[in-house]
This record gives sequence, C-alpha cells and structure tokens, in this order.
Amino acid sequence: MSTKAMISIWFFVGCLLAIYGVLILLAGFQDPAANDPNVAMRNLHLQIWWGFGLLGMGLAYGVHFRPRRPK
Amino acid sequence: MTTVEILLFASLFARVNTSRLISLSPIDLTIIVLYFCLVLGLGFYIRKFAKTGEDFFIAGREMTAWIAGLSFISANLGSLEMMGYAAATYQYGILIAHAYWIAAIPAILFLALVMLPFYYICKTHSVPGYLQLRYGTGARSLSAVSFAVMTILMSGINMYSMAVIMKVILGWNIHFSIWVSSVTVAIYVMAGGLLSAIFTEVLQFMLIWLGCLVIPVAGLIETGGWAGLVRRISENFPGQDFTHMWRTLGSFSGNPMGVHWTGIAFGWGLAISFGYWTTDFLVVQRVMAAKDLRSAQMGTIIGSFFKMLVPLIVILPGLLALGVLPFKLVPETMVNTPGAHTYNEALPLMMARYCGPGLLGLGVTALIAGFMSGMAGNVSAFATVWTYDIYKPLLRKQASDQHYLSMGRWCSLLGVVASIGTAYLVMNFSSIIVYAQAVFVFFIVPMFGTVVFGMMWKRTTPSAGFWGLLAGILVSLLLWLWVKWDPSAVRYVAFSSNAKDMAENVYRAMWSLIANVVVTVVVTMFTKPKPDEELQGLVYGLTALPTMGDLPIFKRPTIWAGAVAIAFVVLNILFW
Repeated sequence: MSTKAMISIWFFVGCLLAIYGVLILLAGFQDPAANDPNVAMRNLHLQIWWGFGLLGMGLAYGVHFRPRRPK
Repeated sequence: MTTVEILLFASLFARVNTSRLISLSPIDLTIIVLYFCLVLGLGFYIRKFAKTGEDFFIAGREMTAWIAGLSFISANLGSLEMMGYAAATYQYGILIAHAYWIAAIPAILFLALVMLPFYYICKTHSVPGYLQLRYGTGARSLSAVSFAVMTILMSGINMYSMAVIMKVILGWNIHFSIWVSSVTVAIYVMAGGLLSAIFTEVLQFMLIWLGCLVIPVAGLIETGGWAGLVRRISENFPGQDFTHMWRTLGSFSGNPMGVHWTGIAFGWGLAISFGYWTTDFLVVQRVMAAKDLRSAQMGTIIGSFFKMLVPLIVILPGLLALGVLPFKLVPETMVNTPGAHTYNEALPLMMARYCGPGLLGLGVTALIAGFMSGMAGNVSAFATVWTYDIYKPLLRKQASDQHYLSMGRWCSLLGVVASIGTAYLVMNFSSIIVYAQAVFVFFIVPMFGTVVFGMMWKRTTPSAGFWGLLAGILVSLLLWLWVKWDPSAVRYVAFSSNAKDMAENVYRAMWSLIANVVVTVVVTMFTKPKPDEELQGLVYGLTALPTMGDLPIFKRPTIWAGAVAIAFVVLNILFW
C-alpha cells in the first residue's frame, strides 16, 4: 500500500467543515425569533461566528490539501 | 469503562422512558446525516488501499505523526467518557481533571520516550505480540484472550450506552441507534481495517472538538471568565471547594471523593494510568501504525498535548453547570423525581443551553462521532489481536497473507456482531456493566508491570512474566470480591471507610501492581532467564536504540515531551 496515492484525510475534513459552516450560517441568519428562547447568550450570535469559523477553516484545509495531479 | 461511566449509564438507563432533553431542527438532522454519509464514503474509498495484512492491521505503518497522534487520542475520547466526566465534575469538582493530567500525561510521555522504541523496533503487530517475543506463549495467550473478551464486552456496552443516551437526549429508538451506528462502523472497518479506523478517528477528533468547544466559549463569556465562574460556584455552593485539584487531598475526608493524595498519585497516576496508556492495545495500536519511530513518538506527544486540553470540553462544562444552571442537579438515586435532572445530564443540558439550531446538530454529531471512534477502535484492535495473537499462533499457523487479511475483515464483522449481541445482553442484564468495569481493571494494571519488567530488566524470566501477570489479575479479582462480599473491607483495601467506588478502584489497582511486581521479582530469582541473544530488540541494554543524530533540536521528541511536561506541572500549580 502507499497512502501517498490517497487523497489526504484533511481534504475530506475541510470539505465537511465547509459544508457544516454554510449550514450553521444559514441557521444563524434565520429570523432570531425563530430560535429557541431557552438558548442562553443568543446576543453573541454564536451560530454566525461558528459558521464563519468552520467555513474559513474548511476552505483553508480543502484548498491546501486538495488532490493534485502527480508531477 | 470507568466508575463515572457506569453511574452515567445507570441513571440514563433509569430515565429511558421519560421525555427527551433536546429537539433537533432539519438543519441539525442534515448535519448528522452528512456525517454518516462521509464516514461511509471514506470507508469505501479506503478499501482499495488496504490490500495486505500489514495494510489492514497496522495501516501499512505509513501514518504521519499528526494522524497517528490525533487517532491515538480520539480512540480514547468516547462520548460516554465525555458525558460521564462532565457529570462527575458536577459532583466532585475539578478533582476529576486528574483523569486528564496526572492520570494520563506522565504515562503517555513514558510510552513515547521509553516503551515505544521497543514496540516499534521488534516490529510486533500488537502488545500481546510483544509478550510472545519476550516471554513466550503463556503470557501472550493470557493477555490476548483477556483483551479480546474485554474489547468485545466494552464495545457492546458502549454501543448500548450510546443508544440509551440517544433515546434520552433525542428520543431516538434504541434499536435504530444500535443498528445504524454498528452497521456504519462494520462497513468502514471491514473495508479498510485500521486505516479506515484511523482516518475516521481524525475526522471524529475534529468534530468532537468543534462541536463541544461552543460550551466553554459561551459559558466563560457568560460568567465573566474563570474568576467569575469560581465566584458563581462559591455563591451557589457555599463552603464547598470545587475548583482546587490538590488542596483538599490532605485527608480522606476532606474531599467529596474520599481519597488521599497518595491514591491519586500512585493508584490513579501510576497503576491505572500506566496500565491503560502503555499496554492497552486499543490506543497503542494507533501510534504503532506511524511511518517511523520518530513519527510514532511525536504522534504520542501530540496526543498528550491534546489530552491535556480535553478538560476544556469536558471538565469546564461540568463546572459551568455548577455555576450557571438555575436549578441543582440531583444524584442518580433521584432519577425519577418529576422535573429533576441528574448529574449525568450536565453535558447535554449545557449543550441545550448554549447551542441553537445548527450548533446543536454539530454537538450531537460530536457525541455520535465519539461513540463511533471508540467502537471502531475496539473492533479494529479486536480484529488484530484475534488474527495475529489467537487465530494464527493457536489455530492456523501456516496460511497466506490474503487468508489472514480475509480473516481480519470477517473478524471485524464478527466483532461488531458480538458487540451487538453484548449490547442486547446488557439490555436485559444491566448489572453486567458493573462486572465488566471491574474485569477491565483486573487485566490492564498488571499488564503494565509485566511489559515494563520485560523491557527494562533482562533477567526477568518467561515464567515470571506469566506468573506475575496472573498474580496481579488474581489479587485484583480477590480484593474486588472481598469488598463485594463485605463492603466494610473497603477500609483495608482503600485505607478509609469513606472511600467511594472510584477511590476503591485506584487503591485496588495499586495492590494489583504491587502483587505483580513482587511475584515477578521472586519468580525471576528462582527460574532461568532467556539467553541474551534471544532478547535482542526487546530489552533495554540489548537493543540498539536509534539516536536522533543530526536532527534539529525542535524536531526531537524529547524536547517536545519536555515542553508538555512543563505545561503539565504549570497547570497543576495553577489549579493547585
């Protein structure tokens, strides 16, 4: 076996995090009144911050570890 | 499985028919479904790379330090542990952080710097495999069979516990949770063996951290930082100290755990910790898959660094629950009180408190990922030990590599099926979980003595290896039976009649290790050692350990181990 021929696991991690980032951002941008009033610290808009963080991290991993053709 | 996990399981088991704690939105469910799709897709993708036994059982020994290290920690970071230790923190305070610091860091660094070179140089596939090379068939068979049985038992118990937790938190059907998670694990571990397990564990590691980190971030902002949290806890629980790790350990009665500092340092920090982290093949297998010795050592040290940070996502939520919840959680005995929440619901309650839609899905995915990484770890370790340490030496010595590879794949499936069987057994006989935990301690602790004597003292004889291991197991078993038969005997076993289950466990582990050491030394004195030429590559003094040569100083494992050790000391002083 040679794992050198494999797509890096970090690429898969990046893709998943980026998709999660988009989904959590979507949830965060919904009407705040639709959110559960039992959730504390809603004023922090954690979904927005976390969504952007995941999206940024996912894109960074995805681009850096993207599959490349062998030279 | 630890005592706190048993308590968690027991209370959730009792609550299984009550209403759910959390409701998920469609976005949360999408996040969970995407996770399952990716894990399965990874399994199918990796299958074509696992073509030989070496690929399947030891991931071709090609893992980088980061992948080996994150997998090493992820295999240990189960959700049951996360929820159990958060609950125990609500009960005992920051004392529980000892599980992540003194009961982990010294042992992991010892594994990296002292023991890994021997595991790696002798090219064994497993820890029982090392015992075969060092002591012969007796010690290997005893450890392999006990490990295989325990692995399946633990895997089944974890599987059922996960299903119960999903039922309690989300209202999911127990059978649905058991079958969906186990079929997923079976597919990807059968496909790629350890390689699949390691890769998915890296993914799971990221999800666990990113899903659980929301709680400490939001919680510390709400309380105004650590000082604010300490103040709130003091106001909510006047006269009790939940925020110091060593200050209350001067006497058995000065802390809620009923333990003296000697028990924490020697029982938990030496016997249990070194037993688990240096000889439990489930975790050691991950770093043995690294591409070279330096990567294996660096991977272990990277793992120790993240282990040291785990209290952020496990202990801190428990402390935050003490500080911010408007009601008090109750013991497991009051689980059926209407409207009451038990200690064991601390983590899900905090998740529900801070996570809105989307983040909740990420948090629940983190819990599922934790369960699946633990289960995959058990199944892949079981497949290796069964194939290399039981089937090959005892049942079919001469067969092709493809035959053993095929056996490994089927064995992974067998491991999952046996785990499902165990899960249903536990469903009907829940007391099994208590016995399983005790049996786990019986085997793991004396294994450390046997392995470390084998590595460090060339005079240790094969007979001493076997009898020392057996003596440690028997002493642990007899002490456990003694306390079961006469609970007042705990004052002899754990030096205090105040000792709780956890304190009894740590002292029993200490006695087990002492018995192992004494019997190993005595038997060695009266039996014949192996000649030096048979011990090359296995024992200190007869093994050419690779030097780091011209390696730059910042790439040397000893330097990074030193940095982790300093951080460990500083953290203990900070939270003294």
